[in-house]
Amino acid sequence: MKLYEFEAKEIAKNNGIPVPRGGIAKTPEEARIVAEKIGGEVVLKAQVLVGRRGLAGGVLFASNSLEAEKVARELFSKRVRGEKVELILVEEKICIDKEYYLSLTIDRSNREIVYLVSPLGGVEIEELVKKYPDKLLRIRVDPVIGYKPYMSRLAAKFLGLPKELWPSMHKIMNSMYNIMKNYDADLVEFNPLVKTCSNEIVAVDAKITIDDNSLYRHIEFAEKYGRELSEMEAIAKKLGFSYVELDGDIGIMCNGAGLTMATMDMVAYYGGRPANFLDIGGGASRERVREAAKLLLKHDKVKVLLVNIFGGITRCNEVARGIIEAVEETGVKKPIVIRLLGTNEEIGRRLLEEKGYSVFSEADDAVKKAVEIAKNLSR
Amino acid sequence: MGVLVNKNTRVLVQGITGREGSFHTKLMLEYGTKIVAGVTPGKGGMNVYGVPVYDTIYEAVENIGEIDASIIFVPAKFASDAVFEAIDADIKTIVVITEGIPVHEELEFVRYAKKKNITIIGPNTPGIMVPGETKIGIMPAHVFKPGNIGLISRSGTLTYEIAREIGKKGYGISTVIGLGGDPVTGLNFIEAYDLFAKDPITKAVVLIGEIGGDAEERFAKYYAELPVKKPVVAYIAGKTAPPGKRMGHAGAIISMGMGDYRSKKQALLKANIPVAEKPSDIPILLSSVLEKL
Repeated sequence: MKLYEFEAKEIAKNNGIPVPRGGIAKTPEEARIVAEKIGGEVVLKAQVLVGRRGLAGGVLFASNSLEAEKVARELFSKRVRGEKVELILVEEKICIDKEYYLSLTIDRSNREIVYLVSPLGGVEIEELVKKYPDKLLRIRVDPVIGYKPYMSRLAAKFLGLPKELWPSMHKIMNSMYNIMKNYDADLVEFNPLVKTCSNEIVAVDAKITIDDNSLYRHIEFAEKYGRELSEMEAIAKKLGFSYVELDGDIGIMCNGAGLTMATMDMVAYYGGRPANFLDIGGGASRERVREAAKLLLKHDKVKVLLVNIFGGITRCNEVARGIIEAVEETGVKKPIVIRLLGTNEEIGRRLLEEKGYSVFSEADDAVKKAVEIAKNLSR
Repeated sequence: MGVLVNKNTRVLVQGITGREGSFHTKLMLEYGTKIVAGVTPGKGGMNVYGVPVYDTIYEAVENIGEIDASIIFVPAKFASDAVFEAIDADIKTIVVITEGIPVHEELEFVRYAKKKNITIIGPNTPGIMVPGETKIGIMPAHVFKPGNIGLISRSGTLTYEIAREIGKKGYGISTVIGLGGDPVTGLNFIEAYDLFAKDPITKAVVLIGEIGGDAEERFAKYYAELPVKKPVVAYIAGKTAPPGKRMGHAGAIISMGMGDYRSKKQALLKANIPVAEKPSDIPILLSSVLEKL
């Protein structure tokens, strides 16, 4: 899960990484009070979980506390890339001499941890990788061994930092590694990391994402989990499904992430548009199938429900019962196209056919049928 | 004979007394898998479908002799400890079925295993199977027919779907290796392909990939430069997935401008690997590459 900038900075600060002085505001008045405490020029940063916030007008400046209140009022009334602004981080304005990029992340392919270092601060990592590969230094870290101080010397030399700042670099990179391990982060990023006019290193922006699989040992974050999701996604998550909202009109319910994605792709291949991605997971019971089907049947966008199940651990009779119950409980009369295969297929098929549903064995046939129905309905 | 495992492979089940562990022990035994022991701490002395249960792998080895492979059904919180126990017991092939293991733990045990020349399959995998010989996994066995096509996949159910399509058209499978759906796995496409390259039975390889990461691109680059190669055909799931969203699998997220469908497909095509538009097209592509042999 993504953390807000202020949360990431709090972690950074507690681990000895210098960040600008500042505080969080929930109202324009609070912004003024924080700005008063800081004194002088301040920067107001909308706390949202979307990227490229600065370009979208989510970062503004004020020369004093009264102006800070005005600017905050403006920010609170805004949406930044669709996200409502509910929190603003008010910070001292840093006099910047140079900007750098510094992050610590996981290299999946090489199964190691890697520092990414660049003298091009403020540039998005995607662009850095593609456009300026020679301006990017990768320092590989063996996850069993961890950070070693020489790595900070490599980074400092690459950035051209004066020798007196090498110890700061060591402290920051060492702390980043500790943060990654202690918080189960899969990304710790400072962009920009800056050299100030008074020759200090400060993390002006900070981003930390926590590995979802480890949230059980980070209760404080687990409670906040789900705040970056849409309403439907949050409901589905509560029910324990993987769910992603899409633009189309064919509701998709399958077992297994790969098969669900493949089904979406087949819908597109045959000229239809998937409304969502919903993976009921392995071995789903009748109740789980019922809740998933209800969710999609009640969804305004869904004109046709396409169910594609390859039962291994998942039993087709449970799937059939779940679908039938969902229709009875919701009373929704939307067309449902079902493909059932695998464990207990015959029972499932019989149950559904008794209720008047036709059941397909081949994924292609089912998808074609669903697309055809959706097209006829939109005519 | 299969890749990594075969009918003589002596298998240990870690977490054998749990719901999934015992259920799949039964199915694997029915398939003919040589399960020689199980481990569940605190449940030593029990037996599950006739398989003796021990508290530790150390005790299991003392009592029943050498073990070649382990399959792990231990819940995510305790799974990495189980993997380390298996690595330290020098079990050469370790299949980690468990889903949801924290990524830093995965990094550590995958790395540690590599240093000791131990193969980890998974985590979050359906397992490994040599049709007609042994199944060390949870796949529905009946859709996998024996033959000479190697199957490497990042996704479970999709593997079953494609194995069935292959079987319907009269082809069979030499070994199926589920790499696992997590961002960090013990084997990647390159390593799995190399195993098939050395396997005398395997004539062609099917690669089942998905969006996220750059494993497919890396494989394409590697494959293109091989002087001698077996034909490969591929399917990539997630063409219509929106960027930045996690599509179920932890691995299936497009980020850092990499890992989208187009870049994977282009890389594969450039390496002369045909890419199927949908699962049912895989056998068509297979027949065309096999004809050229």
